[in-house]
Amino acid sequence: MIDIQHLTKRFASHTAVDDVSLAIGQGETLVLLGTSGCGKTTTLKMINRLIEPTSGSISVDGIDVVKQAGPELRRRIGYVIQDGGLFPHYSVAQAIATVPKLLGWEPAAIQERIHELMAKLQLPETILNRYPAELSGGQRQRVGLARALAIKPPVVLMDEPFGALDPFTRRHVRRELFGLNELRETTVVLVTHDVSEAIELADRIALMDKGRIVQIGPPDELLNQPANDFVRDFLDDQPQRISR
Amino acid sequence: MKDFFAFVRDHADKLMEQTLTHIGLTFVSLLLALLMGVPLGILISRRKKLASSVLGVAGVLQTVPSVALLGFLIPLLGIGVGPALVALFLYALLPIIRNTYVGITEVSPSVKEAARGVGMTNNQILTKVELPLALPVIFAGVRTATVINVGVATLAAYVAAGGLGEFIFSGIALSNVNMMLAGAIPAALLAVGFDFGLARLQNLSAKKMRIGALAFVVLVPFLSAFYLVPGRQDKLIAGFAHEFYGRSDGYPGLQKTYGLKLRPRLIDQSLMYEAIRREQVDIISGYSTDGRIKAFDLLVLADNRHAFPPYDAAPVVRQTALDRYPDLGPTLNLLSGKLTDSIMTALNYRADYLHQSPERIATDFLKSAHLYQLPKPGDRAQTVVMGSKVFTEQYILAEIYRQLIEGKTQLRVATKTGMGGTQICFDALRTGAIDFYPEYTGTGLLVVLQPPAATLQALPMQPDSVYQFVNQQFVDKYQLSWLKPLGFNNSYCLMMRRKQAHLLGIRSITDLVHYLDKK
Repeated sequence: MIDIQHLTKRFASHTAVDDVSLAIGQGETLVLLGTSGCGKTTTLKMINRLIEPTSGSISVDGIDVVKQAGPELRRRIGYVIQDGGLFPHYSVAQAIATVPKLLGWEPAAIQERIHELMAKLQLPETILNRYPAELSGGQRQRVGLARALAIKPPVVLMDEPFGALDPFTRRHVRRELFGLNELRETTVVLVTHDVSEAIELADRIALMDKGRIVQIGPPDELLNQPANDFVRDFLDDQPQRISR
Repeated sequence: MKDFFAFVRDHADKLMEQTLTHIGLTFVSLLLALLMGVPLGILISRRKKLASSVLGVAGVLQTVPSVALLGFLIPLLGIGVGPALVALFLYALLPIIRNTYVGITEVSPSVKEAARGVGMTNNQILTKVELPLALPVIFAGVRTATVINVGVATLAAYVAAGGLGEFIFSGIALSNVNMMLAGAIPAALLAVGFDFGLARLQNLSAKKMRIGALAFVVLVPFLSAFYLVPGRQDKLIAGFAHEFYGRSDGYPGLQKTYGLKLRPRLIDQSLMYEAIRREQVDIISGYSTDGRIKAFDLLVLADNRHAFPPYDAAPVVRQTALDRYPDLGPTLNLLSGKLTDSIMTALNYRADYLHQSPERIATDFLKSAHLYQLPKPGDRAQTVVMGSKVFTEQYILAEIYRQLIEGKTQLRVATKTGMGGTQICFDALRTGAIDFYPEYTGTGLLVVLQPPAATLQALPMQPDSVYQFVNQQFVDKYQLSWLKPLGFNNSYCLMMRRKQAHLLGIRSITDLVHYLDKK
């Protein structure tokens, strides 16, 4: 579904992404895991051309992304960021309708889709006319996801989507959301630094460090056959008491 | 307070016209500033390199004092609506540009990224996300600009653009508190009212606010149209100084004596002459010996029914000084009748426009009048002290007197020129700080003596009768004598461009009234 070849991004002072190659299959959930500054978010943003690569190529559904206009490409790829990335002046209904409207859907079709998503994401219809400031963190996150899924995109990109939630809500929301049929059929690329989140959600994990992929594989493989000490240390998420 | 309401009632028409003009001026300029400022604000939010220079220029414009700004604009745009609108536009610009810029740049980066992320084009991000979110901030700028403009628009009255400043500045010129308040209170109410109204709009919820802003944008041109309401299609346009417009011996006197009906524009005294020269007005008020009459080839309309009191110039001298220096009186009287209106105008012209020194002008004049004599050598034991007010004509007169006295007598002359206004000179004379100074009969009558209305009514406003009355009163009350008049009458007058007056066959104020009454 997504094919990344020799992707490199250099900024003025440093190389953020260094020769990354990666293939993601249809319906697969790939988690880009790593510390802050490891290049995972830059990699993600190059997929929908929020950031232009220095070299290398990316194709989505067999089409090179640079051959398409940025806005059009992005409309067909769902995008979820921390705390939903909702517009303060858009009500819940307007937020979900954003992309369908950009694509010129019929109003009736938009309404139908809004109600469908509200039901699927277990959002009460009473909040349709509320603004983001009037929602709870969990609700904002769901509305953000609803906006990304509105046109049933084949690919959804998520950048630390649950980062603004407390650990309890986070577990709850992500289990619920990733239980959705809609997401199961969709190709998802998710960026996180939370190891348990990665292990729980990923079909495959790509662990990144200093702009390179250190190891890529199913969670079990990374846990059981770590490629090196960095992988082992990173995945060793158990709380440890400091011995005296 | 009762007087105030009486004034407002009597001038309701004028007040209404001024208020509408004021609102019109404020909103025409605001509209222009919006049309220019919002796109400029958007531009600099896109090209941050331009931001500091654009905001800097707008900021500097904001700091130019409003009167000075008008001063810069008048040579470029003349007087009237032009400079007033441009000045107001420039003042409104900064708050609008800056708030548009700040409003847009302060939209949170994550919201902007989300907007790009869902596939909005740059234009869509601007119109659907950035501008709606910046709207409250932009609106705050509009509010600031509106309040600034309501205040600055009062200065439009300096350049004959109308508005509530007409009453304010006339009131100040005349020390007429009611008139001043009749302009100031509505201006303040307008400012407070608009501020309140816009604040209400600003506090509306996001959705209502967009409707409100839309309503406002529709309303602005409508409010602007007020400026066009008071039609000004007179045959001849009059531009009067604020003081002349309100003083009982000015325009009101003309209305009473001649039945003159004009709709004068009010304008700053020093700009009046420039306005008539540029043919922006056809009739102005002024003083009959002003040098600019000659410089701009103006014609003083004859006051054939004596609406203006005479202002014949003559030296006022302490009786004790006349007794102590027997030569003084006869010497000063040598000038009697020698300085006619046209001669005095020419002398003023030489000082004001040719920038010649009063010494030289005085010497030339005395020579041509065959009164010039080089001071005789020898000891001068006695000193006579002379005063003068602070304007060109008085400086020239003082110099003429000095050269005359020192040429014809053995007296030494000490001059105290530049003694401010009438009251200062008069007090100095009465207390003996000076021995004499040149004064005008009308001023002696209306400023110093201030006789009761009944006495004024009974007194014929002829040069002789006023001179006799003033001299008599001064001698009786203060032991001061008015010597023989110099010959010129520096009174209020109406003037027109000589060419136009000639073309229309107007020579006197009566002719003017006839011309205006003709269909």
